[in-house]
Amino acid sequence: MNAGLVRRVGLAVAAPLVAAVVAILVSSIVLQVSGSNPYETFKTMLENGTKLETLIDMLNRATPLYLSAVAAAIGFRMNLFNIGVEGQYILAAFLAAVVGAQFELWAPLHIAVIMLTAMIVGAAWSGLAGLLKVTRGVNEVISTIMLNFIAVGGLVAGLLPRFIDDPTAANQGTPQIADSGRLPDLNSWVEVFTREITKGRRLTGVLLVAIVVGIIYHVVLNRSRFGYDIRASGMNPDAARVGGVPPKRMILIAMIGGGLVAGLVGMPEVLSDTHAYDQGFVQGLGFAGIAVALLGRNTAPGMAIAALLFGFLDSSSAVLQVSNLASSEIVVIMQATILLVAVIAYEVVNRIRQRDEVKRAAHMVEATA
Amino acid sequence: MIKSKRVLAASLVAALSLTAAACGDDEETPAATDAPEATEEATDAPAATDAPADTDAPAATDAPAATDAPAPSGESFNVGLTFDIGGRGDQSFNDSAAAGIDRAAEELGITFTEAEPNADGSNRAELLQLQADGSALVIGVGFLFASDVVAAAGENPDTNFAVIDDAMLDFDNDAVPLCDNCAGLTFAEEQGSFLVGAAAALNSTTGTVGFIGGVGGFGLIEKFQAGFEAGAKAVNPDIVIIPQYITEAPDFDGFFAADRAKEIALAMYDQGADVIYHAAGGSGAGLFEAAKEQSEASGSKVWAIGVDSDQYFTSSEEVREYILTSMLKRVDVAVFEITKAQSEGAFAAGNTVYDLSVDGVGYSTSGDFMTAEQIATIEDFKAQIIAGDIVVPTVPEA
Repeated sequence: MNAGLVRRVGLAVAAPLVAAVVAILVSSIVLQVSGSNPYETFKTMLENGTKLETLIDMLNRATPLYLSAVAAAIGFRMNLFNIGVEGQYILAAFLAAVVGAQFELWAPLHIAVIMLTAMIVGAAWSGLAGLLKVTRGVNEVISTIMLNFIAVGGLVAGLLPRFIDDPTAANQGTPQIADSGRLPDLNSWVEVFTREITKGRRLTGVLLVAIVVGIIYHVVLNRSRFGYDIRASGMNPDAARVGGVPPKRMILIAMIGGGLVAGLVGMPEVLSDTHAYDQGFVQGLGFAGIAVALLGRNTAPGMAIAALLFGFLDSSSAVLQVSNLASSEIVVIMQATILLVAVIAYEVVNRIRQRDEVKRAAHMVEATA
Repeated sequence: MIKSKRVLAASLVAALSLTAAACGDDEETPAATDAPEATEEATDAPAATDAPADTDAPAATDAPAATDAPAPSGESFNVGLTFDIGGRGDQSFNDSAAAGIDRAAEELGITFTEAEPNADGSNRAELLQLQADGSALVIGVGFLFASDVVAAAGENPDTNFAVIDDAMLDFDNDAVPLCDNCAGLTFAEEQGSFLVGAAAALNSTTGTVGFIGGVGGFGLIEKFQAGFEAGAKAVNPDIVIIPQYITEAPDFDGFFAADRAKEIALAMYDQGADVIYHAAGGSGAGLFEAAKEQSEASGSKVWAIGVDSDQYFTSSEEVREYILTSMLKRVDVAVFEITKAQSEGAFAAGNTVYDLSVDGVGYSTSGDFMTAEQIATIEDFKAQIIAGDIVVPTVPEA
């Protein structure tokens, strides 16, 4: 019995551990081959990663990644492959920046208006894909890819010129949001426990939003009837249907829920950083979020760890380049290796588990016979 | 089912992020500078600096040993060259900046560190901060660095900053420098356009030439047009010039509309033009295709003129023989010159315009399509512009 427990815990830890070891091995080989010193590289990454300023960078990077991962994971849990977060968050951030720049309000209200606008836009855009699936049977992979193109290449590109702040500026963007629509940073909260944060780093207040979203996601999914329905629909749609779960409604709700969270992905930039939508707006978080969701296996704590890991690796790329140790590509190689190996390792662990189950069942049948 | 979906997901993510990286490769278009009024002042004073002389303030006060004594040369300091997405090896804007810093390292004996942002451009500010920790001069390649440089410059008063393609002036406030330790490096595009305008007129047999602007109405591309027209008329006062813009600001699609550029070019060739210059960023590829098609269909060769980089080398091989010359914007010169200024203790905040006098703009002769006499004529114009005998307009004649 005890051996069984050890085996199960071992299996759970094995996948991420193997992924990490293989990623370090592969990147060491790449570093060695490209003429860098792997030992120095990893040492610098660790030294840099424990600095307060780097931790702030890491959290700032992890915040949108995490929100994007949760947005995608809501669909994944139901076997809905929603890859539309990219289009949803860019359209949402753009429209929220436009709406937010129209007026000055009491600060909490102003910020709430911007966030709600973004969430509603994200939900509407995602809901469109859901609607197409339940009414016309359009596969969500196809519709969300199409909607990404329409949102980014069509709507935002087409609408941006109408809302340009200064037509003679090199960097074309929407007008700046007034001070009342800017989310205060969390530096003073962190500084209670640490030294003063220097080098212009500001911890985004959206981090708190991400934490709340993560908690809600976890509780709803694991502790509510609705979450049970979602998980059931994902594991066995037919059984769920027979059990009284309406599949069309579940699809719509999951897509809209994902869209609500997707709308928040662009908020660190709009509320805490540039306070506008301009040519420097960060694109690609929707796809990066899918990677984080995969790595975190769609669970709230797993995705949080994955987002922090990606945040750490991304912030390492800067210091590795500046200290002439390695090019920025090494970080991309590490992320890709971790992801690939982790997905394979999860799969292997799953199969071992299934085999164990079969054996155990066989034993029990033998015992009763 | 679930399993295969997961593997599919992993490979899709990889594929999609690769595509995203490729698409976001280089945003460099001519929609870059924004200070026409600054250039006017600069045309007579070579590489003039608009800012009042507070040159010694940031560099000399208490920066690390490197800048203490502004000796003419031999002082070694570090330059933090911060590329935009794509980095060294992009065959374009970033590579040009890299060439400049390589030359500076060789000739001035400085050291440098390089960095480029993540593929999604999320960490420009962090890179600048990190570079500032170890550098006396930090250069941001591209106007997208402008706002982050202002913030980093405030945090690091002992480090100097420079941004390529942004004037770094506060136009809402009498065009004072945005900060005491940041310089904006822009280019006198009208002067380079003048020279290729002369080249166009010298090579036109029909007496008609064309100009395709990417986006009109916001002042920048009109500089190219004004210079081109002035140069063509300097050679042949009776020349007919057909100018056309693909889109008008605030519609910026004109920089990415090769198909429309091609249609416009074919129409111009039909109207008798035999040399066409474009200032339309990525749309230029359409012009080159049109030149090839027109030449092959009509049997007589027509020319295209490139912009920004030497497009003879950056275009596909089939169209190379139709690219007469290119108007060059020498980012490498700007990087070298600002590094040299730093090493001489002459760093100046505010806008510096790189013009013909410092080879900040120019023209290319790759392909050897022009005769020695033609080049001599163009060189003569160049000398006159540098001497101030010719003042190139920045606004086209009505």
